[in-house]
Amino acid sequence: MNTPVRSTATRWQPWSAVLLGAALLFASASSLAVDAEDTLTDPVLRTRYESINRELRCLVCQNQTIADSDADLAKDLRREVRGMLEAGKTDADIRNFMTDRYGDFVLYNPRSMVLWAAPAVLLLGGLVLVGRIVVRRSRSMATAAPDPDDSLANDEPANRPTDGKA
Amino acid sequence: MNGKLLNRYLWPAVAVLALFGVFMFALARIGSGDLVVSDIPSPLIGKMAPAVDLPTIAGDEARFTSASMLGKPWLLNVWGTWCPACRDEHPALMEMAPVIGVPIVGLDWKDDAGDARNWLASLGNPYHAVAFDPVGRTAIDFGVYGAPETFLIGADGRVLAKFIGPLTMEAWETKLKPKLLAANGGQP
Repeated sequence: MNTPVRSTATRWQPWSAVLLGAALLFASASSLAVDAEDTLTDPVLRTRYESINRELRCLVCQNQTIADSDADLAKDLRREVRGMLEAGKTDADIRNFMTDRYGDFVLYNPRSMVLWAAPAVLLLGGLVLVGRIVVRRSRSMATAAPDPDDSLANDEPANRPTDGKA
Repeated sequence: MNGKLLNRYLWPAVAVLALFGVFMFALARIGSGDLVVSDIPSPLIGKMAPAVDLPTIAGDEARFTSASMLGKPWLLNVWGTWCPACRDEHPALMEMAPVIGVPIVGLDWKDDAGDARNWLASLGNPYHAVAFDPVGRTAIDFGVYGAPETFLIGADGRVLAKFIGPLTMEAWETKLKPKLLAANGGQP
C-alpha cells in the first residue's frame, strides 16, 4: 500500500505565505507615530499614554487609532492626552473629555453594553435554536422507528422520516 | 397553505424583505446626499457651545470671544488656507454673508495668520470676525475633525446644528436655517 508522498516544498508553501502575511500584519500594527514634542518620561504615565492612545480613534482616518496615525489631528489629540496625564487626570476623565467633544465614535471600545452583550446573546440564541431542532428531530426519529432502543442500528435512509412530514 | 408552511416560509420571507427595505431606505438616503456615512454626529448639538477666547488673525491685541456674540444667533465656520474644500466654499460664504442675516465668524484652524489675511484680501472677506487657532485647541473643544465645518449657534449660546463640508446657500436654507427657525419658535 503506497500513500502518495507530497514533497515538503509544496506542503509548506501555503503555510509560509500565511506566516509571512501574519508577520507583516503585526509589523504594521506596531508602528507607532512619534511626536517631536513628546516629553513624557514617567514610565507609569508612558504606559497609560500608550494604552489610551490605542483606544482612541483618529477621526480623520477613521480606521486607525491616534497611536498609529500621523494625521495632524491625531497629533493634537495625543498632545491633549499627554497634557491631561501630566495634570493628574484619570483615564476615565480623558475618555470623557474625548467623548464630550467627538461622541462615542472616538472610542474603539464601545461603551454601550448592548454592543458588548450582542455576540454572546446571538450565540446563546443560536445554540438554543440548534438544540431545539436537534431535540425535535431525534424525537420524531424515535417515534418513527419501530424499536426506540434499536433506532441507531436501524438508521437507514428508508427508515428516516422525510423532512417536512414530521 | 396550512399554518405550518406559513410559519416555515412566509415569516422568514417577510423578515428578509423587511431587511431589504431597510437597506434600500439607507441607500436612497446616501444616494440623495441626505446621509453622509463618514459624517460623525456631534455630541454638542443642544448643549452650550464651548467658549471661544482667541486672538484674531489681525495679529494685534484684539481678541474674539464667543461671549460677545450672546443674544444673537451666529455661524462659526472652521477653515484654513491649507484646505482646498474651503476655497471651494469661499464664494458661497461671500454670497451668504450679506443676505442671511446671521453673522459668520471664522475660526482659522492650524494656519498662518499672514496667509489667512492674504486669502481674505484676495478672495474677499465674508467674516464678521476671524478667530485664530494655530494650535487647534478650540477646534478640539468643538470636536472639529476636518475643514470646513460650520456650527450654528443660537442666541442663548447653544449649538443648534453642525454642517460638515463646504457650506452652500442651499445647505443653509435646507439644513441650518430650519434649525434656527425651530429654536426661535418659527420667528426668523
